[in-house]
Amino acid sequence: MNSIAFVIIGILTLTGALAAAILPRLIHAALCLVMAFLGIAAFYFLLGAEFVGLAQILVYVGAVAVLIVFTILLTRREQEDVHIPVNWGGVLVGVAVFAALFWALLKTPLPGVQGVEIITVKQIGQVLMADYVWPLEATGVLLTAALIGSLILVLEKKAR
Amino acid sequence: MTLTAYLAVSIALFAIGLIAALSRKHAIFILIGIELMLSAANLNFIAFWRFAPEPHPPTGVIVAIFAIAIAAAEAAIGLALIISAYRHYKTTLVEKMDSLKG
Repeated sequence: MNSIAFVIIGILTLTGALAAAILPRLIHAALCLVMAFLGIAAFYFLLGAEFVGLAQILVYVGAVAVLIVFTILLTRREQEDVHIPVNWGGVLVGVAVFAALFWALLKTPLPGVQGVEIITVKQIGQVLMADYVWPLEATGVLLTAALIGSLILVLEKKAR
Repeated sequence: MTLTAYLAVSIALFAIGLIAALSRKHAIFILIGIELMLSAANLNFIAFWRFAPEPHPPTGVIVAIFAIAIAAAEAAIGLALIISAYRHYKTTLVEKMDSLKG
């Protein structure tokens, strides 16, 4: 049961990611990216990290994908969408990195059993507020700074 | 499923993201590739946490949550930069943004 779900989710995720990487039209690629993100969230659920899966759906599918679609809408030029030559050197580097990492994975002995219990949101909250409270606050400051910075970047300059 | 299977999926995702980031000329595709690579790293963290030999504090989950938050900030800044560059250059193709080219 678990392995069937793994195979199905894996095929959906990798197909979505590959389509997002190679489709010529931006809007199709953005929608396929949503499928890849949903597949990754399903992997998190399968691995017993429900909170991270929900955060993945909320942040990536809910916010990042919508941001990408809006950026495509705001920067649309009909003639730029298709017929752009692909840099084949980049493809070669990507395939080489894949081969090297896969070879390293096959050479490495790894534990095969699942050790940790499934974690609850209550435990995550306790750890976040006790041991990781400074990183949590720093992340809050970082997100505020990113919000203000992105607003300043896209602000229209008024002509005086 | 074993840890090796999850790591293989993660490697494939990373390679696809790298191909998207290196081979496309469009700035939004480069950002999509970077997001895919970040997601592959997150999947690695969760998989290694799940298959850890003894019960640890949930470090992998915490790291993944922080990485998701920082990826959201990165995507917002990146897309704002793309819109800003589009206003300036009237294009989103990175090869046309060559003012600094010697």
